[in-house]
Amino acid sequence: MKKIPILQIEDLYKQFPVTRTFTDRIKRAPKQVVHALDGVSFTVDQGEILALVGESGSGKTTVGMNVLGLQVPTKGRILFDGYDVADWATGRLRSRKNGDELGRLSRRKQILALRRRAQMVFQDPYESLNPRQTTWEIVVEPLEIHHLGLSADEKEARVRAALEDCGLAPADHFWSRYPDELSGGQRQRVVVAGALVLEPELLVADEPVSMLDVSIRADILTLLQSLRKARDITIIYTTHDLATAGYFTDRMAVMYLGRIVELGSTVEVLKEPHHPYTQALVSVAPVPNPRKRRKRMILQGEVPNPIDVPSGCRFHPRCPIATEECKMTDPPYVEISTGHKAACLKI
Amino acid sequence: MTTLEVRNLSINYITDDGVALNAVEGLTFSLEQGRSLGLVGESGCGKTTVMLSLIRLLPEAGRIVNGQVLFEGRDLLQISERDMQAVRWKDVSMVFQGAMNALNPVRTVESQIVEVLQLHSIVNSTKDARIRTGVLLELVGITAKRGKQYPHQFSGGMRQRAVIAMALACNPRILIADEPTTALDVMIQAQIIELLEQLQRELNLSLVLVTHDLGVVAEMCDDVLVMYGGTVAEYANSDTIFNNPQHPYTQRLLKAFPDIAEPGSELASIPGNPPRLDNLPPGCRFEPRCHVGNGEPICLKELPPLVEIEPGHHVACHLVDEKESHEKNTHPSNRRPL
Ligand SMILES: Nc1ncnc2c1ncn2[C@@H]1O[C@H](COP(=O)(O)OP(=O)(O)OP(=O)(O)O)[C@@H](O)[C@H]1O
Ligand SMILES: Nc1ncnc2c1ncn2[C@@H]1O[C@H](COP(=O)(O)OP(=O)(O)OP(=O)(O)O)[C@@H](O)[C@H]1O
Ligand code: SF4
Ligand code: SF4
Ligand SMILES: [Mg+2]
Ligand SMILES: [Mg+2]
Repeated sequence: MKKIPILQIEDLYKQFPVTRTFTDRIKRAPKQVVHALDGVSFTVDQGEILALVGESGSGKTTVGMNVLGLQVPTKGRILFDGYDVADWATGRLRSRKNGDELGRLSRRKQILALRRRAQMVFQDPYESLNPRQTTWEIVVEPLEIHHLGLSADEKEARVRAALEDCGLAPADHFWSRYPDELSGGQRQRVVVAGALVLEPELLVADEPVSMLDVSIRADILTLLQSLRKARDITIIYTTHDLATAGYFTDRMAVMYLGRIVELGSTVEVLKEPHHPYTQALVSVAPVPNPRKRRKRMILQGEVPNPIDVPSGCRFHPRCPIATEECKMTDPPYVEISTGHKAACLKI
Repeated sequence: MTTLEVRNLSINYITDDGVALNAVEGLTFSLEQGRSLGLVGESGCGKTTVMLSLIRLLPEAGRIVNGQVLFEGRDLLQISERDMQAVRWKDVSMVFQGAMNALNPVRTVESQIVEVLQLHSIVNSTKDARIRTGVLLELVGITAKRGKQYPHQFSGGMRQRAVIAMALACNPRILIADEPTTALDVMIQAQIIELLEQLQRELNLSLVLVTHDLGVVAEMCDDVLVMYGGTVAEYANSDTIFNNPQHPYTQRLLKAFPDIAEPGSELASIPGNPPRLDNLPPGCRFEPRCHVGNGEPICLKELPPLVEIEPGHHVACHLVDEKESHEKNTHPSNRRPL
């Protein structure tokens, strides 16, 4: 399989200012920032499924928001199909020398063009659906917004294909139903269908199953996997549940405090984790078989506040094998095997 | 010694129109002192309903219509509410589903635990109550002095610990924990699991763990009860449930759950949805989704009884027989493959 990168993320930083209280200002406390992303780089190939895993607050959602141009990076670049997302998302792509078509589009059309090609699915199927809209209205809405110049028949065909690809078949059976007339799994399918109707090339699925019941989870994950086959779509799957990621993703990026600490093929990362943080995460993921109980490597405390990122290796305050050196040196990536790397001084 | 024995428990919810919905039917299990039981099943299968009935705290619409809840031989369903008050929290205690988000936001964590202690006359003075609160907080891994803080100053994991401390206030013999790790971050989940295991060991607690996470059950529980649509599907020790499941529902449930030890393996969802209480199938409640029953008349007509197919292994399925069930179950003429 030839690999064409659809997404290239280069040294991405995203900071949020911390709101200062009145007393802070009186005391002239220094301005502080949340380092949500602190130097993230990775690429995703066309048709690949990448898992972004890590504890709460590690920056997973922020990566997704920046990739879709819903936030503007503080530093660094995101290239989607070779174009700079930050420019594209704000309609500032310039026409290149050889007469680049996108660059010549109006601001609004540029923004819409990006939206059409990259979509996000959020965590909570109850919140992302308007309870007053029918399934049809929900799924057809993006087509209306984008004025694709489709005939009524073409629109119907698109909505039908999106719903049926998402397992809601026959589509006619579902389109006059309101969200509360659907089961939890069906609702999440409608959310995914709404994202697919524009036929995007990239889907960022942010914790799409964490609110769902076990059997429905399997359903939605199988669906995402089948979409890749049916539509050759690229997927970034965000989760803190390593087991679901292990089941259907190709590669896995483990995030800690705004950095990727380990990246490699999913099977390799899960079977031979090298970074102590990944090792801990893998060791505490519950295995559904009492014969396979393992020794848990429990990290004390919680992810530190990303306002004061620890010096040296950011993981050192919780790392079970940290030494003095770790407090001083920010570890570079070490290549473990082709495509598998981790940032730890002890590898 | 058997601490708790539940026999043939059935519970209805009465709707506003006076219709009785059969939320739990014929539930039977027992719990030995110091052991742990996992109660698993999809959302709405009746897990919380069962647990609330054990301590007689069902919501108003709930009615226990049949069965016995024997605590050390005494039927808790027959005693007066006054006598029940001597049992609730002191013998049988519960961490409610979502309780960590229900702490009173305007009172310190300490004062909320002190109140529990005073309410149940565990201590003689406020000073003793404070001291005991400190001990309880330390027991669950929170420094005593942080009791002076308010719930919002606690992280999610710490709030869950505080709620567990509260449930342990009266030194119970049995602790029921309803979804204690759900909605917590992975590492915090592991910390809570470790805490419950440690408490169980140190206090010789009997533990009932209610969850939909099969992984957590496999890690923690000696025995497992799989519920479906208010009934017991299968009940056995943990090894049997995970390695030799006989009920079609248990088999499907396990195949729908990803195993991190086998990355890349196939997952199979269970087609269809759990039954609605206002529209329960007349026969086996799993029949509409069952790949084995396949329209067998008996599956369509009769609710399968819970049968002990081998010592300690209980299955409620018409098509699983006693004893040689194993051979039959895998015989191709008897079973369609999964
Ligand atoms: N708009 C914002 N303003 C200030 N801080 C923010 C903002 N968005 C995110 N953060 C902070 O950035 C960090 C990363 O957040 P992010 O939501 O990306 O994490 P996550 O990995 O998705 O976590 P979760 O698993 O909880 O969804 C967190 O510390 C968060 O509090
Ligand atoms: N107060 C009530 N009145 C009517 N029906 C109720 C009431 N409480 C619960 N039910 C119904 O009883 C059934 C069992 O609910 P219960 O809360 O026990 O399920 P559960 O297994 O704990 O689910 P979950 O995993 O979502 O917590 C459900 O169908 C529910 O809708
Ligand atoms: S560099 Fe040091 S602190 Fe960081 S993960 Fe490696 S051993 Fe732990
Ligand atoms: S009784 Fe029949 S329908 Fe029910 S689980 Fe057994 S085979 Fe399936
Ligand atoms: Mg997030
Ligand atoms: Mg419940």
